[in-house]
Amino acid sequence: MQKIVDKSFEYLSKLSALLVLVVLVTIFWVLFEEAKPAIEAFGVEFLTNSKWAPNLEIFGGAPAIFGSVVSTFLAMIIATPIAIGIAIFLTEIAFEKLKTPIGTAIEMLAAIPSIIYGMWGLFYFAPIIRDWFGGNGLGLLTAGIVLSIMILPFMAAITRDSMNTTPDILKESAYALGATKWDVIKDVVIPYAKAGIIGSIILALGRAIGETMAVTFVMGNVHKIPDSIVNAATSIPVTLANEFTEADGDLYYASLFYLALILFVISFVVIATAKFYFLRKIRKER
Amino acid sequence: MIKRKIINNIVLVLSTLSALIGLFFLFWILWTLISKGLDAMSMKIFIYDTAPPGREESGLRNAIVGQLILVGVASAIGIPLGILAGTYLSEYGKNSKFANFIRDISDIMMSAPSIVIGAFVYAILVAPVGHFNGWAGAAALAIMMVPIVLRTTDDMLNLVPQQLREAAYALGAPKYKVIIQIVYRGAKVGVITGVLLSIARIAGETAPLLFTSFNNNFFTTNLNEAMPSLTVTMFNFATSPYEDWINLGWAAAFILGVFVLSVNILGRLIIKKRKVK
Repeated sequence: MQKIVDKSFEYLSKLSALLVLVVLVTIFWVLFEEAKPAIEAFGVEFLTNSKWAPNLEIFGGAPAIFGSVVSTFLAMIIATPIAIGIAIFLTEIAFEKLKTPIGTAIEMLAAIPSIIYGMWGLFYFAPIIRDWFGGNGLGLLTAGIVLSIMILPFMAAITRDSMNTTPDILKESAYALGATKWDVIKDVVIPYAKAGIIGSIILALGRAIGETMAVTFVMGNVHKIPDSIVNAATSIPVTLANEFTEADGDLYYASLFYLALILFVISFVVIATAKFYFLRKIRKER
Repeated sequence: MIKRKIINNIVLVLSTLSALIGLFFLFWILWTLISKGLDAMSMKIFIYDTAPPGREESGLRNAIVGQLILVGVASAIGIPLGILAGTYLSEYGKNSKFANFIRDISDIMMSAPSIVIGAFVYAILVAPVGHFNGWAGAAALAIMMVPIVLRTTDDMLNLVPQQLREAAYALGAPKYKVIIQIVYRGAKVGVITGVLLSIARIAGETAPLLFTSFNNNFFTTNLNEAMPSLTVTMFNFATSPYEDWINLGWAAAFILGVFVLSVNILGRLIIKKRKVK
């Protein structure tokens, strides 16, 4: 009797573990099945066609893909140096007593739900962008900056952790040779933590590209490739969030699933690269 | 030599500045949340349901209850599955290829765009039924929850000393009893903290609910209907042109923000306390 219970407990837990894999595979399969009509109708040209006209049943993903790529790119170039700066501050500069509270405070930024970033961005940040850079405040630039604030804590935390793996003895030997703090950071800490830093950048990129609510508020949602970064645009998640419940035609619906599939594939590849290629080392040392 | 010192100082100043930028945005967002949120808070929020703009008797009761139900059902599905799966990885799978593969898969699932999970659940639980429903919303949240609970359970069970298990085996206990009575007991605090953090995480999610549980302006406890939630209500109200709706949106943001942040701080305190021991 006990043997049966013992075995069933093992199988039950194994089944639960297997479920994660089943869900992942099912997501791919379902997205593909639902997107099929659009894939058959538009093929690969969907990626480059910039016309999105639900009334004419013409759908092109280019504006959404463009918006995703550009807003993510902006977020990355803003967030990367600041995140590395924060990590340097937390590992090499801050007093021992300040490290934990400041680190925790910055990680708190990551805990704030993204919809709150969106509301703050819409009511407080977009007007500033409007006054400083023109446009109506909603667009790629605002989205990029709001995204950069969202991904900042992730990048800073992972970068800090990988910098913390640098053996003290390496740093001490460099100091003993007369190196300044920056020499040590540049020649010892950063090279040592390189894989982790790159991993954190890629992982943050994966988050930024899939982020929905923070961006939906401030993107403006216009299905055109804008001529300036202060103008309204759209992105894959924004299109899905705004139009999914409105899709009436079969092809419209399938095109949205096509976008969802593209987003899922992109983020899968990005996250997998970061995790398997760059972040292995940090995880093992934890 | 002087040049090196100057560069050194510039870098140190820039790094400190980066930290200040991060803190600046944290406090700016928190301040916005608290000042706008506290202004909008009143007892009315907990007594009345969402109402058309301009109505005096307007609150968030239905959205708060809906949110509790959605998160509650998602937790009832997600927590046991996550804990069981984590148990498998830590107690049976250990470092086998299969266990490591599942760990990697859940890391990917943890970072998967939540809106895609919403679209997926729409296709399997909303479209076939023909209408938005609470079950779909809860399922989408549960899918996001399992990998988080799985990973923390795995980590926490791993911290339980091997000798404890061996001592129990030596007394002739079968494996499932060792796990339930010894390992779970030893890892209890850590696992509960992980579970709390995962609840805080899914409580703030909006995207997967947009087209699964959708929204509802009426009070409902029926999971077969569209179900209101704090987050989707926030989204609809904040993007509306009506001032009283926008204020209710801030009240919702305040409630949500306070919940999520306090659970996070609590979780950190518990984990820290354990590490000190």
